[in-house]
Amino acid sequence: MSGPANFDEMHEPDGTVRAPYREYARWLDEQDPGWARRKGFEAESVFRRTGITFNLYGGEEAEERLIPFDMVPRILSSSEWRRLSRGIEQRVRAINAFIHDLYHRQEIVRAGRLPEELLRHNAAWLPQMVGLKPPGGVYTHILGIDLVRTGPDEFLVLEDNARTPSGVSYMMENRETMMGMFPELFTRVNVQPVSNYPRRLAKSLAACAPECAGDKPAVAVLTPGHYNSAYFEHAFLADQMGAELVEGGDLRVVDGRVQMRTTRGFRPVDVLYRRIDDAFLDPMSFQPDSVLGVPGLMDAYRAGRITIANAPGTGVADDKAIYSFIPEIVEFYTGERPLLPNVETWRCADPESLKYVLDNLEELVVKEVHGSGGYGMLIGPTASKRDIRQFRAKLEAHPENYIAQPTLALSTCPVFTNKGLAPRHVDLRPFVLVSPQGVEIVPGGLTRVAMKKGSLVVNSSQGGGTKDTWVLSE
Amino acid sequence: MNDKPPPVLARVAHGIFWIYRYLERAENTARLLEAGNRMALTRGITAADEEWRSVLTTLGQLKAYDEAHRGYDGPQVCDFVLRSRDNSESVLTMIERARNNARACRSAITAEVWEAINEGWMTLRDLLAKPVRASSLGTALAAVRRQSSLVRGSTYGSMLRNEIYCFSRIGTLLERADNSARILDVKYYVLLPSPAHVGMPLDTAQWDHVLRSLSGDRAYRWLNAGRMDARSIAEFLILDDRFPRSLSFCYAAMRSNLARLARIHGEEGAAHACLRDADLKLARWTIDEVFDRGLHEFLIDFIVSNQRLAHTIAEEYRFLD
Repeated sequence: MSGPANFDEMHEPDGTVRAPYREYARWLDEQDPGWARRKGFEAESVFRRTGITFNLYGGEEAEERLIPFDMVPRILSSSEWRRLSRGIEQRVRAINAFIHDLYHRQEIVRAGRLPEELLRHNAAWLPQMVGLKPPGGVYTHILGIDLVRTGPDEFLVLEDNARTPSGVSYMMENRETMMGMFPELFTRVNVQPVSNYPRRLAKSLAACAPECAGDKPAVAVLTPGHYNSAYFEHAFLADQMGAELVEGGDLRVVDGRVQMRTTRGFRPVDVLYRRIDDAFLDPMSFQPDSVLGVPGLMDAYRAGRITIANAPGTGVADDKAIYSFIPEIVEFYTGERPLLPNVETWRCADPESLKYVLDNLEELVVKEVHGSGGYGMLIGPTASKRDIRQFRAKLEAHPENYIAQPTLALSTCPVFTNKGLAPRHVDLRPFVLVSPQGVEIVPGGLTRVAMKKGSLVVNSSQGGGTKDTWVLSE
Repeated sequence: MNDKPPPVLARVAHGIFWIYRYLERAENTARLLEAGNRMALTRGITAADEEWRSVLTTLGQLKAYDEAHRGYDGPQVCDFVLRSRDNSESVLTMIERARNNARACRSAITAEVWEAINEGWMTLRDLLAKPVRASSLGTALAAVRRQSSLVRGSTYGSMLRNEIYCFSRIGTLLERADNSARILDVKYYVLLPSPAHVGMPLDTAQWDHVLRSLSGDRAYRWLNAGRMDARSIAEFLILDDRFPRSLSFCYAAMRSNLARLARIHGEEGAAHACLRDADLKLARWTIDEVFDRGLHEFLIDFIVSNQRLAHTIAEEYRFLD
């Protein structure tokens, strides 16, 4: 698994340092041996004090955990980044066109390029969105595309995260922490900044405001509240954007517009960057017992008097069954060959694929179509015989709920351990902003790293950590 | 100058107001325990019990305490007030509530203020993880006051003088006025001139105790070298607007903060009228009139009118839906 077949992003198999890491490696050689432990301690105390914690549902009540932070940056050259950005932009444009099409004429289904039952069985499909035109024509204002790497030029998309991707605050705080701990490093290596992300986000959201908004659209971040696991990020983004951080209880539909209760009465909101799921948005349109949302929100939305980012119902584009069609989707809407490939995927709904998957369970990663966060998946090569037997039964009972992918030789990047540097598997989530003015990608992203030797699971809910991600200047 | 910023969310104003009320109350509670501890150490056991009982009365926690404990042993009372799970108003609970409110209003406060509140909570949570012993009491109480001071300092030094700042100050001052009045009220019998006690050593110690409970001993001595009499102490604590824990000071400072709110909003409301009336009334009193009316009656009137003011502010600024 983690044998010599893995591509390491810092070291060639013969031990020489790859170009993007050269200056960093030189700097590292100059440090005295005890510094790593001292600095590790420093990083943790910074995180505790500033409160970058992460609540885990189902753990001890309101327990706040830290996501492990590793001090070795993950470094990409500017040419690697340029190539990646082009592929991401192409993919994101196609996804937006695809969602628009699904809720309008469904040309892709008429053309026979996407089976209709994929929509009928899609839990994220919202009939309330049919025929509705969101302000600015944008559906996915913010995406976090998960990428993995298997070689110097081989980047693959693992997930598109078109609903409400999280993690951007870690991207920014990790950079702040690195700059605080190793200021001299940033004078030696030319790293592109990520600190302007909130400003770009605010601008991008404002550009999607409805017509009734004034010159300065009022943007608000809608959070489920401070017990939510991503609350820190909601507060952080609102703070950095200069937007209001609102809860459902702060909002009410007054005179056909969504308004927030201030010390001087109700004031309109033009753009709602919501960090709650579709089902909770509006108890009148969706889950009736939701107290997190705003009664009447969907009526105001249909009337074009508020922007919801991301639009309700965008989840249709990121379930794992649709994912397997994204290469076709890119070709259909852009007329171009996809620049970024998918990971090879077997749809278990298809009998032939199912047979292959069942015959090769020990080799494959099997995922729930609607799952996320690394829950409910089987990693064949590391699973016990018993796990595989149990999973086989689930798979045979409901094959349409699963897809399977090969176990990839994911790239590694070194982390600090008690015994010095050691390679660990990483993925990458760059953050993408979409507005009528274009697609923007902040040079960087969230690198997640499996902290356990040989592990392929990078999810923070499963003990994964993060790294600062550097994109070098030209 | 930039455009006028939009008014703050009512929920946030409400949350900020209470962060500072909780912290002020926690700090005043610590001060009361410090003074009580000092008093108990310098007197016999029976008197010490009486002293601790009066601390619980001042805090309005006597009933809850009596349900859980017998006797008024110092460390036991302090443990109850500081950290007991039987006490829904313990100092630790107040610090936790302040911290939770700060989390819910995270984007309304600066990183410095958040870090001061969060660090304070972590420090006190650790200090109060185990029962407080006589030997560790001083450290714990000093930590409560220090953490509260750090939040106040970072608020003063880093927050924009906007609506949010005003609500933080109003919360602090409203709570402080209430606490000062309560502390005085419980000790009022000491301040009432009684021929039998005048000039007795105990009397002086009690007066000193009242002043210490409000951190006013040093300031009072500085203003009144060598004098220790009931009237001038009561006058100092109620009417001297130079002393930051006097009722007069709190009301004058609250007025300036409400006035700032009116400037920000471009209008005054019921809260302004209510505070103006209360402040004018306070300013008309002389200390002789206070004693003629009866110190206890005066203070009860004040506490009730202070609560009414809090209620009016909550309505005026739509704290609750």
